Amino acid sequence: MAPPKSFLVSRLVFLTLLTGFVLLPVYVMISSSLKPLQDVSGKFQWIPSGLTVQPYFDIWKTVPLGDYFMNSLIVAGSATVFSVVIAIFAAYAVSRYSFRGKRVFTVTVLSTQMFPGILFLLPLFLIYVNIGNATGIALFGSRAGLILTYLTFSLPFSIWMLIGYFDSVPRDLDEAAKVDGCGPLGALFRVIVPAAIPGIVAVAVYAFMTAWGEVLFASVMTNDATRTLAVGLQGYSTQNDVYWNQVMAASLVVSLPVVGGFLLLQRYLVTGLTAGAVK
Amino acid sequence: MTTTAPPPTGKRTVRKNHPGAAPRTRRPGRLRRISLPYLLLLPALVLELLVHLIPMVIGIVVSFKELTQFHLRDWGNAPWSGLDNYSLTVDFDAPVGEALLSSFLTTCLFTFFSVGLCWLIGTAAAIFMQETFRGRGILRTIFLVPYALPVYAAVITWAFMFQRDNGLVNHVIHDQLGLTDSPPFWLIGDNAFVTLLVVSVWKGWPFAFLVMMAGLQNIPREIYEAAALDGAGVWQQIRRITLPSLRPVNQVLILVLFLWTFNDFNTPFVLFGKSAPASADLISIHIYQSSFQTWNFGTGSAMSVLLLLFLLVVTGLYLLFTSRGRSATDA
Repeated sequence: MAPPKSFLVSRLVFLTLLTGFVLLPVYVMISSSLKPLQDVSGKFQWIPSGLTVQPYFDIWKTVPLGDYFMNSLIVAGSATVFSVVIAIFAAYAVSRYSFRGKRVFTVTVLSTQMFPGILFLLPLFLIYVNIGNATGIALFGSRAGLILTYLTFSLPFSIWMLIGYFDSVPRDLDEAAKVDGCGPLGALFRVIVPAAIPGIVAVAVYAFMTAWGEVLFASVMTNDATRTLAVGLQGYSTQNDVYWNQVMAASLVVSLPVVGGFLLLQRYLVTGLTAGAVK
Repeated sequence: MTTTAPPPTGKRTVRKNHPGAAPRTRRPGRLRRISLPYLLLLPALVLELLVHLIPMVIGIVVSFKELTQFHLRDWGNAPWSGLDNYSLTVDFDAPVGEALLSSFLTTCLFTFFSVGLCWLIGTAAAIFMQETFRGRGILRTIFLVPYALPVYAAVITWAFMFQRDNGLVNHVIHDQLGLTDSPPFWLIGDNAFVTLLVVSVWKGWPFAFLVMMAGLQNIPREIYEAAALDGAGVWQQIRRITLPSLRPVNQVLILVLFLWTFNDFNTPFVLFGKSAPASADLISIHIYQSSFQTWNFGTGSAMSVLLLLFLLVVTGLYLLFTSRGRSATDA
């Protein structure tokens, strides 16, 4: 039975308006990044009068964008790897074992999601400084400190999602693996992890995006050498002028890795959410 | 409610009560079997302790201290100040308390509208895209772009669009449509609230869309087919089947959106910088400023603790009411 006209018309109108709203900044980002400076400093133009790719060359010289890029890549990449591995272990324990304190663990981990970041920004800063003074391990201002912080940001959500995902892998499979001589970790890595790849990919995408987009801790806990893109992008505004074309070009360049990766892997994210979060 | 315990694994879970009954001598012994889950949890536990729970305890301790930049290196020895930080914070007639109260109310209003709009748009988009049609896949990809873009890149672009002299928004409403006498300011003054709301909804609704799409996949097709046989039209199906089926998903989604929006720091920080205009002075920015601009960490911590208490109470009440509502409808 075909849907009635009222439904089709509402759908068309709603989805068209929404697409316009969503794509507007994307259009501004792309078109402005191709304009010369005097154009982006004057009245906005829907259609650029002249196109130039110069901003894409200038962005690397105005600020050390390459260094920031590298910092972000190292920090977000490491945070993702650690977070995913740690979440796999934790989710496996919760999904496959019954033990004392299980409920306390899941509730505690989940509730850290609701803490405002600002609440532990200063204490964490104090802890890192103290650890540095006591042991000589530089956490404050270092990439390691940022990696440590970021990996815990995505951890609760990752564990939560993977528990749901692991639960959906039939128990018979890992029991069979154990009968065949696998230890508990063997069963995890040979049976459960391969079966849960979509969920793990989804969690990895989420962890990477969280770390790549974080602003608050990046702006307090980095120095000149460890600055990430989140802070570095502010460098395009000077006292007198904002190089808006370069800001837009740089925004586009820093967005490409996450947006590209996300859009490629979005199918996994939707499947992961179905199996994990929505239960 | 969201972390449904895994189904009982049959007899093996009660092995503790029957020590002699299990003939599984291959396993290296009971101690290891019991401690393995704890070993697996250890890394997650240590990290959560180090980065979330211990700092939270320190935050609570600091809120009872007089911590300024002079004691930062040796914060443990900062003088105790009892409840001074709290009484300063909740004295709504004095400047500090007055500003905090106004920031809190702004945040409540902002969260209400932002969560409401995100939920509304996300749900509508998910429902409209439940059936396949030409271009559905592409559209879904486009809709996820705001979610995938790094916050600072997206928000900087919006900040550019809301510039007074060279932004797109004023070009459209002033130059092209002639709706205003002079181009309005969007990043300062009362308009900043609207600006923040637009950006926040643009960034936030795709998450609602994503969760709703996942929720819709769990509704069995047969229910719709049965309803169609009984003569129910599309709109009736949405009202009678789709929306009620989404209720459990809704409850989680709204709570998560509420917590994220209420605590959001990134959007206002990138949009307005370190000090937001009064109309858009969200609580997290306000606390950041109280701590790091004036270097008064004691008061900042007291504000954080009060914020956490508020969130705990709201979340607790919410969970209580939604679970009660659910058990009532189940009965």
